[in-house]
Amino acid sequence: MHRFLLAVLRRDLTLAARRRGDWLIAQFFFVIVASLFPLGVGPEPEMLARIGPGVLWVAATLASLLSLARLFEDDHRDGSLEHMVLSPEPTVLLVLGKALAHWLIYCIPLLLIAPILGIQFNLPPDAILVLEFSLLLGTPILSLLGAVGAALTLGLRGGGVLLTLLILPLYIPALIFGAGAVDGVMAGTGAEAHLSLLGAFMMLSLMIAPWIAASALRVSLE
Amino acid sequence: MSLYTYAAPSQFYRLAGQLTPWFAWSAALLTGVGLYVSFFVAPTDFQQSEAYRIIFIHVPAAWMSMFIYLVMAFWGAIGLAFNTRLSFMMSRALAPTGAMFTVVALWTGAAWGKPMWGAWWVWDARLTSELILLFLYAGIMALWASIDDVRRGDRAGALLTLIGAINIPIIYFSVKWWNTLHQGSTINLTKAPSMAQTMLIGMLLLAVAAWFYTIAVAFIRVRRLILERERQTEWAKDILAKEA
Repeated sequence: MHRFLLAVLRRDLTLAARRRGDWLIAQFFFVIVASLFPLGVGPEPEMLARIGPGVLWVAATLASLLSLARLFEDDHRDGSLEHMVLSPEPTVLLVLGKALAHWLIYCIPLLLIAPILGIQFNLPPDAILVLEFSLLLGTPILSLLGAVGAALTLGLRGGGVLLTLLILPLYIPALIFGAGAVDGVMAGTGAEAHLSLLGAFMMLSLMIAPWIAASALRVSLE
Repeated sequence: MSLYTYAAPSQFYRLAGQLTPWFAWSAALLTGVGLYVSFFVAPTDFQQSEAYRIIFIHVPAAWMSMFIYLVMAFWGAIGLAFNTRLSFMMSRALAPTGAMFTVVALWTGAAWGKPMWGAWWVWDARLTSELILLFLYAGIMALWASIDDVRRGDRAGALLTLIGAINIPIIYFSVKWWNTLHQGSTINLTKAPSMAQTMLIGMLLLAVAAWFYTIAVAFIRVRRLILERERQTEWAKDILAKEA
């Protein structure tokens, strides 16, 4: 069973490594969206530190959405997705493997870029550390719930925009707790409560989302 | 004749047609009486004066916005589990009314918040989660609208409804879990309500009215959906020929 998971994972990572353009677009999108805010609201350091955690979290959410629309789309178009779903291996593992690959490809780089943007937003070092930790806990939620949306909107006209409409409301708890953790440490109230809730939400998504996404995939391929 | 007879769309079409006038007229009557009690009989609140009367619309609408979502999720789950076509149609018929009540709850809440809190909107937990509920309704209806295949649309919508159902307990308990600006619930099953008797009666009358109204419009909508989907059958053709 875990061999199938690893095979899905290795396949998606290989595909991503051979198409670096897609991969770079998502990372640049993150940087550009985050950079628009200081230009839009003004460069006062105090205000930037105040809005920084929320802005970086929103930008990370949007950047992951950008790539999620294509999570199943390419495999669907060339027909390989149907074969993977028809194979005797559980579809849940296929979804889990793809979500995990998405997280490794698109979300881990965000974790590496976030500290640099954090410095641009004048965040103190301990806040950047908590931001990293909250992104580490929170971005799997984005990939897992996003897989549900990608499976539901597979092959629909305007699927990308629809995906945004479906999935962004479900992301809100992750956004609130993730940005709240960083706010908490900057306000001196501590980040533990928010991080615990974020971790709980991540576990909940991990338990529920792959099954719903697998059912949605079967519905969409019928 | 068992209750399951009505799982057949043709049977349910007739039953819903017979019941709709009853629910519609009861809703109209209860709305009239409820509004009279709320606005003329119920005493003026000593703290909030007359502005408090918005809650007679606000609370039933907020209840219904959450309740309808749960009913939609219920029908979606039944449809996915037992593959019954009618359940999905019920779910689709309920969604627009649910979204309407969510808008009413948010709107009346804003109208009440301005004189009481001094702000049309605050980002507290209950208001935010009710807003998310509106987004969920919008997302589900958008998903239905963009899938042409009926069977796929039904199932995809049901799955999305189910995953969004997690939001309902968050809205309901938000005033308990977080220290919010929105007050705690006034009516409680376990202890006496913290409001005058006539106020409670007015609110309950309007809540039942909203409930009957929902059933009536959902039945009207589900009848059109049944006709649309069964248009190739003989009985549906007869009805459509008569209407044309």
